[in-house]
Amino acid sequence: MIWIVRNLWLIPALPALAAGLSALAKQRNRRFAASLAIGSMGLSFLLSLFAFAHALHVSGQGKQVIQVFNFPWLQYGGEWLKLGWMLDPLTSVMLVMVTFVGLLIFIYSTGYMAHDENFTRFFCFLSLFAAAMLGVVISNSLLLLFMCWELVGLTSYLLIGFWYHKPAAAAAAKKAFITTRIGDLAFLIGMVWLYSQAGTLLFYDQGTGCLERSALMGLVAQTTCIGMAASTGIALLIFAGAVGKSGQVPLHVWLPDAMEGPTPVSALIHAATMVAAGVFLIARVYPLMAAHGGTSLAISSTTALQVVTWIGAITAVFAALIAVAQDDIKRILAYSTVSQLGYMMMGLGVGGVAVGMFHLITHAFFKSLLFLGAGSVIHGCHEEQDIRRMGGLKKFMPITFATYATGMLALSGFPLFFSGFWSKDAILHAAQIWTISRVPFYLGTLGALLTAFYMTRQIYYVFLGESRLSDRHNMPHTKAVDHPEHSAPATPHESPVSMTVPLMILAGCAILLGFIGTPAWPWFDSFLSGQQATFNITGFLEGGILPVMLSSTVIVFVGLGLGWWLYGRKPIASADGPDALEQLQPQVFHLLRNKFYVDEFYQATFIRCNTWLSHLSDWFDRRIWNGAVWTVSYVVLGLSWLARSTDNYLVNPGFDEGCHTVTVGAKFLVRLQNGRTQNYLRLVGIAFAVLVVFLIWSGVR
Amino acid sequence: MRAPYRSAGTVVLGNLAMLAWTIYISFLGVTGLMLLPKDSVRTARILALLTTVAGFVVTLVGFAHQRSGELVTVTRLHWVPSLGIEFHLAADGISLTLLLLTGIVAITGILFSWNIEHRTKEFFAFYLALIGGVYGVFLSFDLLLLFFFYEIAIIPKYFLIAIWGSTRREYAAMKLALYSFVGSAMVLIGLIAAYVVAGAKTMDLVQLAQFPFPIHFQMWAFPLVFLGFGILAGLWPFHTWAPTGHVAAPTAASMLLAGVVMKLGAYGCLRVAMTLFPRGLDAWGFQMLGFGSWRDVFALLALIGIVYGAMVSLVQKDFKFVIGYSSVSHMGFVLLGLMTLQQIGLDGAVLQMFSHGIIAGLLFAVVGRMVYDRTHTRDLSQLETMHLNKTIPFAATTFVLAGMASIGMPGFSGFVAELQILIGAWRAFPLFAIFAGGGIVIGIAYTWRAMQKAFFGLSDQTTLTTPPALPAISIPERIGTIILVATSITIGLYPQLLLRIIVPALHSPLFDGLRKGSGQ
Repeated sequence: MIWIVRNLWLIPALPALAAGLSALAKQRNRRFAASLAIGSMGLSFLLSLFAFAHALHVSGQGKQVIQVFNFPWLQYGGEWLKLGWMLDPLTSVMLVMVTFVGLLIFIYSTGYMAHDENFTRFFCFLSLFAAAMLGVVISNSLLLLFMCWELVGLTSYLLIGFWYHKPAAAAAAKKAFITTRIGDLAFLIGMVWLYSQAGTLLFYDQGTGCLERSALMGLVAQTTCIGMAASTGIALLIFAGAVGKSGQVPLHVWLPDAMEGPTPVSALIHAATMVAAGVFLIARVYPLMAAHGGTSLAISSTTALQVVTWIGAITAVFAALIAVAQDDIKRILAYSTVSQLGYMMMGLGVGGVAVGMFHLITHAFFKSLLFLGAGSVIHGCHEEQDIRRMGGLKKFMPITFATYATGMLALSGFPLFFSGFWSKDAILHAAQIWTISRVPFYLGTLGALLTAFYMTRQIYYVFLGESRLSDRHNMPHTKAVDHPEHSAPATPHESPVSMTVPLMILAGCAILLGFIGTPAWPWFDSFLSGQQATFNITGFLEGGILPVMLSSTVIVFVGLGLGWWLYGRKPIASADGPDALEQLQPQVFHLLRNKFYVDEFYQATFIRCNTWLSHLSDWFDRRIWNGAVWTVSYVVLGLSWLARSTDNYLVNPGFDEGCHTVTVGAKFLVRLQNGRTQNYLRLVGIAFAVLVVFLIWSGVR
Repeated sequence: MRAPYRSAGTVVLGNLAMLAWTIYISFLGVTGLMLLPKDSVRTARILALLTTVAGFVVTLVGFAHQRSGELVTVTRLHWVPSLGIEFHLAADGISLTLLLLTGIVAITGILFSWNIEHRTKEFFAFYLALIGGVYGVFLSFDLLLLFFFYEIAIIPKYFLIAIWGSTRREYAAMKLALYSFVGSAMVLIGLIAAYVVAGAKTMDLVQLAQFPFPIHFQMWAFPLVFLGFGILAGLWPFHTWAPTGHVAAPTAASMLLAGVVMKLGAYGCLRVAMTLFPRGLDAWGFQMLGFGSWRDVFALLALIGIVYGAMVSLVQKDFKFVIGYSSVSHMGFVLLGLMTLQQIGLDGAVLQMFSHGIIAGLLFAVVGRMVYDRTHTRDLSQLETMHLNKTIPFAATTFVLAGMASIGMPGFSGFVAELQILIGAWRAFPLFAIFAGGGIVIGIAYTWRAMQKAFFGLSDQTTLTTPPALPAISIPERIGTIILVATSITIGLYPQLLLRIIVPALHSPLFDGLRKGSGQ
């Protein structure tokens, strides 16, 4: 077996080791922790490149593209539960993406977190996160994937709540953890079900894995009580786990709140990697999602994939609508992430693994670019996050502006030169030719329009126009201050080199990556499916690709234009004035601003219901069970009283009376025995007389 | 002293004979402590620690010799020959796993009660007597002997709580003792009935397990004995002794109570009720209220325990009550695992006994020793204002780790155990598995709520004042913490270490009846 496949575990193990070592380090060993984290991540990156090269080599030869290494973990009965890891094109692409983006964000963090007192712990958690995420990527077992998945959720919790002294951060961390665990519960149940049906949790195991043909056929043949194939039921449960992790409707509520964490965390975990893990999971178990009874392997017709598509499409529009009316720079990006994750899900549903994954990869780069840019803005503006109180930053932060604009254009899908255009277009094209329904295509197009619109709004608010930074001192509620050394009001400044260099690298990727998946040269698609890509310019002319490209170009320009019309024509004058959209449609704007009141809805229903049940159980314990115990004890006590009364008033008097009688009798008899001889003689005399009288009387008769 | 050997299907191996010394050492320790002068606090502690360490080392040697978890006789002497009662100690993989648990919890319990100054030597004497009784129960293979040790274990518990306890200690001690004795009475009736019905003049577990008791007899004897032991395992709705008992008990006693004594109940359910009367789990042949067998009834009670315990602990105001009710919830998993009758569910149940013992011990150590002994309050709303993560960061970190282990985070022992139970439950009662999973989610909510309130308090007005200084975490506490955390992680990453002996033990002929019943 090839060395890299056998030793693939090293890739997650290195950051895990770094996390362990920096956990032991003292708080002041900042340089040690940072260099350990960056060094281990760098090594993992090199190994990932090696793995990638190997996967490329193998797929070039047209051999079996999935290579696995399995080992037994635990025994029960006569069977063994196995774990394992695998290397295939999907894994290798994800490995390179996670380690590369991770490495850049680690470097960026050394600048961003420089003033934080818990710097060492931050890098410890980041490394742990990276280890868990890489573990998710390489797992060849649903169980191992689930274990790493939970660990990812845990580190996400720790990092969201990193500034736990902020109540909002602590609450957000808890909310994120519990919300995703609700999805994970479904995932766990799906996994247990899958195990019971298939007898293994390995994905690929020389024909016996649960994603291989024989197991899938068995799953499809099984029918559950509600007439659904077992494979569909399991796939939907696993998808519920992905819904939680990837912030899809209806479990999206945690992701925007998660922005309370430090910005590098938002970039790494809540934009590029962890939230994409849900999409990756669906891509990984795609054979299960697509399993159906028919012999032909036509794509995107199973129930499971339809659900994925609809949830994705709805999320894409829903979150984009909310993003339009937000004021916090990171929350806008967060809702945008939710929306883009919806696109990826939709892409998986309508177009298969390559379509969804391509958007995942490009999005990872341009969204982490945007988040890091936002972090740079926040850093430069002294922890200001409200876009209404920014403006005019273009002249203070030129590098940040240029890179941010690149990311913004990539996200909006600006034609031809930006990666987002190509990946989003692939999704829209797949949606357009989807046989089930056209609605997802229209929803996707509407989402694209909204995306271009809210990003333009953001750019106008943040970078263009006049600076409104001083307005914040008139406002009573300024955002939380974490860096006391920044307290003095000052002009915005450009960020240090450690922050701007990663921005520039990511900006380069945001542009260049688009060209690995154009219709003319669909290298990415072919690589994932294990084929050779060929350059063919006529690819543009096939099956309605060009019309979709044109229409989405028009859509993007309409979005940009609308943004300019509302926010660019006349400069935004004051921070406290109403939003331009608010002036046009106040009620719609408020509905969007309040995120469709989903949080309030959950609060009023599920959370209240659960609290009520808990109080009921507590009351039950205190009153009913304890009451029962008390009742029993009172009954026993009552019986005891009764027994005592019986003793006192029935048994005891009788006993006493008996004793008394005996005593009285005894006293009488005692008189007879007073020890005087005369008395005895007298008695003898009397007795003698009585005897004589008796004898005489009887003799006379 | 040579043990007279009688063939009863078990094998004598010389190298396990020293396992009996776990019991003897503990009671020798009790004697030694009683002989000490009144004020020798330090000597008492060290003597107690050495005793438990010696017991643990003996167990470890036995563990190393125990190759495949099969049943091995340790000691076998005539005790009451006219009734056929013997002093019969034996060990299989299940016993040995629980012996290891007892050893670990006992050692750490002493480390966490290093600060006991009030009547120290009596405290440790009762403590060691309890440990000795527990060892005895886990090793006994004669039913009367088992019952004898079971009773021995109850009495020291009463005194530990009544003398060294806190909140409502007399009430809690009495409640615990009464519940225990009611359970014992039920068990005793069942055992005597089994003795009489079998008529073989033996109380030997292995021999009685082979006796085909009439099914109508098993149908009433099984629930009687199972319930009798189940009370001590925190079976809903007979669980209310547990939270009050845990809360009132001093730290080490809470650790033993949750960590080991509740396992006595679960062990009895498996070792006695289910082994002797496996047909008692069969279907009744009719349906009543949707139940078709005792198995359904007890599985439902276990499930209610899981969800109900988790819910109650979500609204507790007392930190220790949160943990007390969480024990009810986690022990529900053990009982649910037993009721699955699936190999994987039973494995998981035994592993969960071990895992919960370790984790509950750790949680009680944090709450009782690290927090309560320093702050003298367990009220979550008061702790919220104290910023304990600043003053005793070690305790905060420990609680985070223990909380993660408790909610079944992969990498800790709880995950492996609960996963196996869930897989088993899915095969036996799919709907129950889903609800049990729901219990896990509530588990996260209450653990996280308690953690944030107790350690990461948020109230704004106190952030400016420096929190009052508390005594630093002592060395024994650190050592104890490290032992428990390391154990949980070791088993979480390499469960095979224990499954190696648990699985063959559950596969032995002793459990043939159970396997026949479940059709495996």
